[in-house]
Amino acid sequence: MQSLTAAVADYPDAGLDATLQVPEADVVESGCFHCGTPLRGAVFSSRDKSFCCQGCLTVFELLTENGLADFYRFGKAAGVRAKTVPKEEEFRYLDEPALRRRLVDFADERVTRATFRVPSVHCIACVWLLENLFRLKPGIGYSRVNFPRREVFITFDNSTVQLSQVVALLTSLGYGPELNWSDVEDRPRTPVSRRLWLQLGVAGFAFGNIMLLSISSYFGLDAFSGPGLRKLFGWISLALVLPVLAYSANDYWRAAWLALRRRILTVEVPIAVGIAALAAWSAGEVLTGRGPGYFDSLAGLLFFLLCGKWFQQKTYDRLAFDRDYKSFFPLSILRKSEQNEVRISLSQLQVGDHLMIRNGELIPADSRLICGRAMIDYSFVTGESELVAKAAGDHIYAGGRQIGGAIEVETVKEVSQSYLTSLWNQESLAKEKKPSLDTLTNRYSRRFTKVVLAVAVGAALFWSWRDSTRCLVSFVSVLIVACPCALALAAPFTLGTAQRILARRKVFLKNSSILETLARVGTVVFDKTGTLTASGAGAIVFWGEPLGEEEKGRLRSLAQHSTHPHAVRIAESVEGEPPAQPVRSFCETAGCGIEGIVAGQELWIGSAAWLESRKVTVPSPPTRSGSMVHVAINGKYRGCYTLSNALRPQADQVLRKLSGKHDLALLSGDNEKERERFHGLFGNSEHLHFNQSPLNKLQFIQQLQAPGKTVMMVGDGLNDAGALRQSDVGVAVVESIGAFSPASDVIMSANMVPRLDEVMRFAKSSVRVVRLSLLISSIYNVVGISIAACGLLSPVVCAILMPLSSVTVVAFACGLTTRLGRRLDFEAVCKGGTEP
Amino acid sequence: MIVIFLLIPLSIGLAAVFLLGFIWAVRSGQYEDTCTPALRPLMEDNHPKKKEKEKE
Repeated sequence: MQSLTAAVADYPDAGLDATLQVPEADVVESGCFHCGTPLRGAVFSSRDKSFCCQGCLTVFELLTENGLADFYRFGKAAGVRAKTVPKEEEFRYLDEPALRRRLVDFADERVTRATFRVPSVHCIACVWLLENLFRLKPGIGYSRVNFPRREVFITFDNSTVQLSQVVALLTSLGYGPELNWSDVEDRPRTPVSRRLWLQLGVAGFAFGNIMLLSISSYFGLDAFSGPGLRKLFGWISLALVLPVLAYSANDYWRAAWLALRRRILTVEVPIAVGIAALAAWSAGEVLTGRGPGYFDSLAGLLFFLLCGKWFQQKTYDRLAFDRDYKSFFPLSILRKSEQNEVRISLSQLQVGDHLMIRNGELIPADSRLICGRAMIDYSFVTGESELVAKAAGDHIYAGGRQIGGAIEVETVKEVSQSYLTSLWNQESLAKEKKPSLDTLTNRYSRRFTKVVLAVAVGAALFWSWRDSTRCLVSFVSVLIVACPCALALAAPFTLGTAQRILARRKVFLKNSSILETLARVGTVVFDKTGTLTASGAGAIVFWGEPLGEEEKGRLRSLAQHSTHPHAVRIAESVEGEPPAQPVRSFCETAGCGIEGIVAGQELWIGSAAWLESRKVTVPSPPTRSGSMVHVAINGKYRGCYTLSNALRPQADQVLRKLSGKHDLALLSGDNEKERERFHGLFGNSEHLHFNQSPLNKLQFIQQLQAPGKTVMMVGDGLNDAGALRQSDVGVAVVESIGAFSPASDVIMSANMVPRLDEVMRFAKSSVRVVRLSLLISSIYNVVGISIAACGLLSPVVCAILMPLSSVTVVAFACGLTTRLGRRLDFEAVCKGGTEP
Repeated sequence: MIVIFLLIPLSIGLAAVFLLGFIWAVRSGQYEDTCTPALRPLMEDNHPKKKEKEKE
């Protein structure tokens, strides 16, 4: 049997009409037939279809030849970019018995079963293709996709196919699996929910049957048949309830036992005590023949408790999934190909892409160094700020930051959003926390359990003295009806939903408690460049003796290494795109400028003050508008660039709206020339601060915070990292850079800046929703516990009310927040905003 | 009334069968993914070859 990838490798010789050619302009306009990537430059084509790369073409041919052309019927350009055709040898190592064992779920002499995580599955066509793998390769038996979990389960015949061949096939189709090396035992193979389903089933079964038996006694069974039948029913109920106590209630027993051993009171303790009391009492009644007990209530109670738990888990899973797999930080990366360099977003990044990583930028995924002098700062990952030097070919882990000149890397793994989020949430970066809803809820629920236990015991004692029939009912009812869950759930669910809504609009919060701080903000401080003004807009003019072509080329080569908006503008302004030259001794001083040696000439690009500190005479500026960047070559002044800063569209409106409720201030590293322009926008000239160094900015924030104000700093995260960190809420506005500032609490796409006021209003409303939910659940608890303590509620009604209250709070919180989110959309539509 | 001694085991037995069915369904993973199966009928193709391939 000739293997698939071997056939692919032979492919160009196979005589098919796959020729490299540059097609007509109209074809170039459209995208790749397989994956939809816009076509540029050299295009591969076959059977009148155009493709962006050999990989896509191969997949197309493969599908067509095997009668799977229907793939393209499910959606235009449904494929995933495969880029290159992987060699099967690359995966040979997977057939090593030790490694193989870690990847497969099951293997015997004949068949192997394996589950792969395939994050690139994104549509119905992908599902179809992956479930039809057996048509592509004999030996593969059965494949099934779990779309929500992005998993594919494959069974294959050992004698015809190797594991490496299966992985190679998946990779060649563009569905390269994430290989998980952890031991099979360590993996959460059977998800928690499967167990919950079974517990729910057992409880439901027992509840239904016991109810069927008990209901007759409610309607006076004894009148017909005497006490004999009632006793029998009691025994049957006891038998039915045993699996419920043993299996369905298992989690409550265990949690309560763990809590008692650690001598703490958790939410589960009163529930477990209630269940135990009810079970013991009912068993006693049946065994002594005194009565039928409360088995119907007991089974019903567990059934409804588990229903509530299931609902909670499902909602929580959806939140977590959206956060980890559906949303990507609005960071962009410079992808380098043979023809050009393109900025792509994190979500478009694929294994095998070549990336340019500039000074201060983050390595988004595990990569291999291709060229450049890499000095990697892993402080983000390990907390060690010592730089690690890497040589070409070395492996660089995701989360490192390049310090120094630009490097070129090739990614070897997919981007993991959840990994990046975990880096962001590291404890070493955590800010000092003020008392918040979170801690409020914690304190509340800790006391809550004590109070509930006290009330239950009190009610039991009271009724044992007054009316002993109500004693047990009141005791159990109080324990069951009390629902700290509703209190505990209000904040995480509301804020989680709000976080998700914002993430969809390209506003990423470090964690959901940031929303609370955001709602409290009193002062908003803006950085100017890249925040209020858009980089890339406005004219750029060079003043002074015109530079030669070669000098311009060198200048561009140097400027390319920096991510500062000015440097990026200067690099872009050099026409003709001369080839980049190597830069030695690159150094960037934040707030001052960049320097480096290109083709033996020392270039300094930066502010006037910085150049003057290096004994360069800087003549008085030729114009009075825009930012200035001065250039010196070999210590000699050559001229300056003026970049006129265009204000971001609608920036004036957002400032006007914010100024109604917040104090505003502006910090800028530039000189005072634009004071007048911002004077009108900020209303008061006192709040405008120019010529600010990064340290000045930080001190300014500290001054504002001294009287106890909550300060939000909006900046680009480059020159103002310190200020972002110092502020209560640091907002990093990103446009075209991959500088993932760990100091920030919020990462925001630049096109959301004009809608900052709406974002803040949304944060405020969601905190209000949390308060409202807390209020509702407190009222519920006070009323419920009072009635239960009077012995007027039967335990089974309590068991319905209790999960119902959690469900109500969760539904209320999520529903209202989603509605608020819709209003956010509606306003955008009214304004004609671009975001859907 | 004696018939109740027949009916009760019958009703519980029937319910037990449903419970076993449910347990089997959960164990075989039918509750793990409630999204993809809904997509499958949409992509049933009308290929004549389909029947023999389905055998796998």
